[in-house]
Amino acid sequence: MQLTNRSKLVVNKELSWSEKLYLPAIFSGMMITIKHLFRKKATIQYPEQKREFSKVYRGKHILKRDEQGRENCTACGLCAVSCPAEAITMVSAERKKGEEHLYREEKYASSYEINMLRCIFCGLCEEACPKDAIYLTEELMPANYDRSNFIYGKDKLVQPLGTSAHPKTYKPYKK
Amino acid sequence: MEILLIDKVFLIVIVFAVSLVIALYSTLAERKVSAFLQDRLGPNRAGIFGLLQPVADGVKFFFKEDIIPNHADKALYILGPSISMITALMTSAVIPWGSYIEFDGRQIALQVADINIGILYVFAVVSIGVYGIMIGGWGSNNKFSLLGALRASSQMISYEIAMGLSIIAVVMMTGSMSLGEIVRQQHGFNWNIFYQPIGFLIFCICAFAECNRTPFDLPECEAELVGGYHTEYSSMKLGLYLFSEYINIFISSAIMSAMFFGGYNFPFMDLISSPNLLAALGLIAFFAKILFFIFFFMWVRWTIPRFRYDQLMTLGWKYLIPLALANIVVTGTVMLISSSFK
Repeated sequence: MQLTNRSKLVVNKELSWSEKLYLPAIFSGMMITIKHLFRKKATIQYPEQKREFSKVYRGKHILKRDEQGRENCTACGLCAVSCPAEAITMVSAERKKGEEHLYREEKYASSYEINMLRCIFCGLCEEACPKDAIYLTEELMPANYDRSNFIYGKDKLVQPLGTSAHPKTYKPYKK
Repeated sequence: MEILLIDKVFLIVIVFAVSLVIALYSTLAERKVSAFLQDRLGPNRAGIFGLLQPVADGVKFFFKEDIIPNHADKALYILGPSISMITALMTSAVIPWGSYIEFDGRQIALQVADINIGILYVFAVVSIGVYGIMIGGWGSNNKFSLLGALRASSQMISYEIAMGLSIIAVVMMTGSMSLGEIVRQQHGFNWNIFYQPIGFLIFCICAFAECNRTPFDLPECEAELVGGYHTEYSSMKLGLYLFSEYINIFISSAIMSAMFFGGYNFPFMDLISSPNLLAALGLIAFFAKILFFIFFFMWVRWTIPRFRYDQLMTLGWKYLIPLALANIVVTGTVMLISSSFK
């Protein structure tokens, strides 16, 4: 069965005298490499230049706030249910009087944790969320020395106050 | 022409410094060339274009722990890299860097020692150079080092013959073994490469083998022998081995340029009357040739893979030596015929 057209028949023939000197083959090889000397380099010089992400890249999560800076999440738990890696846990709490400027609805997540070592960045939490609360941004997951630091709580997930990114966008928020 | 000791000391110091600097920056050039041939950029973080990279590497070598293995023969273990480095630096003594400069009414030749057996001296010293590898490989008391050393010595013996034979044809044409005389006879554009292309080819291939460069880098082939003869070496001893390789490349390039590409000679050099300007331009021409050959060494290294051991021996004994012998016969015949027509 032939899968590609690139297969070559191997012939074990004796090399001719000039082929045994290897020089013509070496010369043609050197012509190939010298062409590469002038070719455009593939390197992206990382800290200064960055590769552009695909439009549907799924990176670190963000818990969104609305236009008035209130958290969208109501701790309904649909993201945790939809998560195939079971990475999301949360504790819900009731909004007290005077906290209306913090949380959009009466119920909110007092604690919201994603275990980034379990997360497979599939984006199902984002699809499940009925409140536009959780999104996957273009931000890369930073490395860490300690496994316990990979459990991201609300301190790392909630969109910082004063940043204004449209909630329905994949772009990371800009500070 | 009187010779003052101070001139020679001055020249020796300069040649020493220049060979070291060129070897130092060859390590950077090697990485840059390899990167560019592979569509990468190479080191560019330490200084502009990575120009401080060799300095950083050198400092790193000095600060690394210098380990002498317990089972190694200590004296030989230290002697190995020393011999490699000393012989690599010794060869530059007979290379004519330029014609001469006029200073204070004296003519100062730009050659440390114009001995009448210059090319023989180069051969002798280069042959001692393999002892550095052999002794280092033996003294390490490690099977990989020993295998690397064995390969180095057998390769050296095989290719030294063809190299010597290829030189004989040039010596026959020139009638002198002095490198200074060989270069002087290539005045202007009368370069030996036009008379001895086959000789150059053989010499060039053998020079690759003598420098242990790809495709002849079997003594240190990482894939089979871990590191070859320098497996057990660390810190500056390893640095000396690696460094001597680059000095050897520099010296080989210089000898190739001097023997076959006219050394400091360049076309239309008779139009310049001032000897100092001529010497300066000649030096530039010589170094341009040398740098090209250093690039050539790297270009070849990053193009072709290494030979299998039997291929190496077959090429040396069955192809290069007969070719070199035939070259001598043809050169002699042509010389005889052309002299009888004069």
